Amino acid sequence: MCHDERVSAPSPVEVEPDLRPDESTFVAKPWVTIVWNDPVNLMSYVTFVFTKYFGYDKKKAEKLMLEVHHDGKSVVSTGSREEMERDVQAMHEYGLWATMEHDS
Amino acid sequence: MSGFARHRRSGRVIATFTGFEADLLRSLTSQLVELLRNERAAPTGGDPLEAMFDFSGPTSEPEDPVLRRLFPTAYPDDEEAAAEFRRFTEGTLRDGKADAAAAIIDALEEAGLPPLLEEEGLVIDVELDEGEATAWLRSFTDVRLALATRLGVEEGDEDYWHTLPDDDPRAQAHDIYEWVGYLQETLVDALSG
Repeated sequence: MCHDERVSAPSPVEVEPDLRPDESTFVAKPWVTIVWNDPVNLMSYVTFVFTKYFGYDKKKAEKLMLEVHHDGKSVVSTGSREEMERDVQAMHEYGLWATMEHDS
Repeated sequence: MSGFARHRRSGRVIATFTGFEADLLRSLTSQLVELLRNERAAPTGGDPLEAMFDFSGPTSEPEDPVLRRLFPTAYPDDEEAAAEFRRFTEGTLRDGKADAAAAIIDALEEAGLPPLLEEEGLVIDVELDEGEATAWLRSFTDVRLALATRLGVEEGDEDYWHTLPDDDPRAQAHDIYEWVGYLQETLVDALSG
């Protein structure tokens, strides 16, 4: 990802409420949308996309953006296969490099 | 060169370009439109008879590296699912990107950019609503991805480009890439404010 000067320090990790595995119900394994780092997209733009498309607040969007930047990728959304296909398509519309897979 | 800003009273996103800058943006977006509409987004290979009855969309990766970057494989480990995804999305994505780039050309020409730029000292003022500005932003990304793919831009290679002699066409293309990046940065700012 391309550096710019306007990114604030990484925010503390937010813990998402997890689905509790429950033997009595059939909870389908969720799918995830992954955004990968690329040398082109600006950090501010990636944050903008996460805010605009997913409706995440700035703190969460920046945390995910920094994950992409530092770790090379980040899980940006979780849901059904159809929902993730929509998200991946939207990321491609915005020029982000996104893939999807079954959460492991 | 001052990039984009948000007009306080109207809330619209505004920018002023010189004739040269507007002409350059038109040229970049025109090339993008041409690329998106050029290479056939149709299924290739496989059974020729089957291919003839398959009008729905491409199932294999595009040949051109720029198009491969613009339309990445959604399922890296599942060829069949990746092909299906591509069949249902690539056509729509291509049209969306081509339309967004064409809208930039239209807006510049409506703002007074003549078909052939000859006049000196021309000033082009554009004024965009939020939806239009977001479409410009996406299109700038596509232009930058295209330029970067052609140039072979890599993470942290900024210094390399500045060591090239000024008259190296790759240095000039990289300057343009950086300029579009600058425009994009100011546009993100204008839209985030």
